[in-house]
Amino acid sequence: MLGYILRRLGFGVVVLIGTSIITFVIAFVVPADPAVTIAGAKADPQTLAMIRTQLGLDQPIYLQYARYLDRALHGDLGRSYIMRESVTHLIAERFPATAILALCAMALSLILGVLMGIAAAAYKDRLVDHGLLIVSLGLISMPVFWLGTMMLVAGGLYLRSFPLGGFGDARSLILPTVTLALGSGGYYSRILHTSLAEVMGQDYIRAALGKGLSRRAAMLKHGMANALLPLVTLAGLDLAGLLSGVVLTETVFNWPGIGRLAFEAIFNLDIPLIMGTVLFSAFLIVIANLLVDLLYVWLDPRIRLGEAS
Amino acid sequence: MSGRVGAMELTGFLMVLSLVVLAAAAPILAPHDPTRAVAPTYGEPAPPSRAFPLGTDELGRDVLSRIIYGARISLIVGVAGMLVTMTIGVAIGLAAGFFRGAVDVALMRLTDVMLTLPALLLAMALVAVLSPSLVSILIVIGLVSWTQVARVLRAEALSISQRDFMLAARSLGASSTRLIALHLLPNVLPLIVVMAALSTSGTLLLDAGLSFLGLGVPPPTPSWGRMIEEAELYFRTAPWLAAFPGLAIFYAVLGFNLFGYGYLRRQSR
Repeated sequence: MLGYILRRLGFGVVVLIGTSIITFVIAFVVPADPAVTIAGAKADPQTLAMIRTQLGLDQPIYLQYARYLDRALHGDLGRSYIMRESVTHLIAERFPATAILALCAMALSLILGVLMGIAAAAYKDRLVDHGLLIVSLGLISMPVFWLGTMMLVAGGLYLRSFPLGGFGDARSLILPTVTLALGSGGYYSRILHTSLAEVMGQDYIRAALGKGLSRRAAMLKHGMANALLPLVTLAGLDLAGLLSGVVLTETVFNWPGIGRLAFEAIFNLDIPLIMGTVLFSAFLIVIANLLVDLLYVWLDPRIRLGEAS
Repeated sequence: MSGRVGAMELTGFLMVLSLVVLAAAAPILAPHDPTRAVAPTYGEPAPPSRAFPLGTDELGRDVLSRIIYGARISLIVGVAGMLVTMTIGVAIGLAAGFFRGAVDVALMRLTDVMLTLPALLLAMALVAVLSPSLVSILIVIGLVSWTQVARVLRAEALSISQRDFMLAARSLGASSTRLIALHLLPNVLPLIVVMAALSTSGTLLLDAGLSFLGLGVPPPTPSWGRMIEEAELYFRTAPWLAAFPGLAIFYAVLGFNLFGYGYLRRQSR
């Protein structure tokens, strides 16, 4: 079990190094000269040269990368070119809004996915099953930013029961959460449906049915325990997808989180901020995946006993 | 039972076909020029009317015509982006599944790293850095979305490579190239078609998202995502401007998804 956790931890480190290389390369190929971005187009050559030396831009690329990595490990992601503030500080300031939104959306989508998945599996091949299949396919086919806009129009303009975007009381959280959760919920319900159908054909379920357990009880007691495993993995992995949705949802709802920060950074070609937000997102996902791995150890005795890798 | 499931694929196929027809016959079907001001209401969007069934935008351009022409750019981006994605994904997936060992480990670690990155964020950063154009968008879409394809095809290639006919061909002295091209590829072809459909719907959503963030194919090309982005300013006064292009994206993505998932569902029985 310890070996398993250490392996996963090692993989997390590999992912973060990979991400840091990718973000660094992105920053390196950008056509804009950072010195010009900071000092303005009319700056004289001496000033530009000074800024370049200051930022270490005159050094070879591997040294620049080492410097960047060293600082990142110490929590220093550089200074934003445009906002003239530390990137770490900017991210820390915006993170709570994104965390609330992402957690609520994750919770709601899991509830939706589990309910829909169980209902579809319970009424397998009946009208409910087919209806839910179409509904879930519809949910995953909707562009999240369009869904958000339509939610704003329906809930904010016509019903007037929700604010037209922005970060405020609990009510302002509802529309963005629902927008984000619907797509993932549809996706989770498909996964759970497939894994439940698979599990229900296993011997131990037949044994449970044989000893006189009802189909419903067998599914909820024995089936779900195993069918939930793929869902847990996916929910961890899907955090990457959720964060993509967060960028769009935050833009639609004017939500002051990391997603909009990233959007502003990219719009301004603010390189340290772009690198910082991408790296920070990857960091979040790695942490989430580690938590999922630990959850797995607890959920699945087979891993705890060292049977599966 | 299989009849009903076949209906899903058929519906999806017909939906996609209708889009292709719409895109091909755009000049005949569109009532107006999509890039010219045709409505007298200059400076303000107008609601749907008899002359303009889906309304007109703030520049007096006909929304219906723009959506019809938008099918062209959306299908081009969807299919071309899918081709880039599939080329990378199929190559990596088959190589990992066929050669196994160190190649497999290296390629799958790379895939895992890519899967961990938020695709849209990465795509945004790349497009912004490369500056938006049709070609850069296609490359970026391919670069961030090949992972799922590679994973699925690796699993399939792994299991097919173990089958007797592969072993027989190998023991007759067939080269790796010959084995992959003549024995492996034909057997994974159905799966490739399904993944192509699903990756087209993924590409359409990704491209729409990028366009919405102002990083799509540059104007005046009418793309559905960009139409929603432009409509965002008027969502209080003219919500139909955002509603109809969104429905068009929904229709296209749903068509490809029905086709792909319908096939997968029939296979898993």
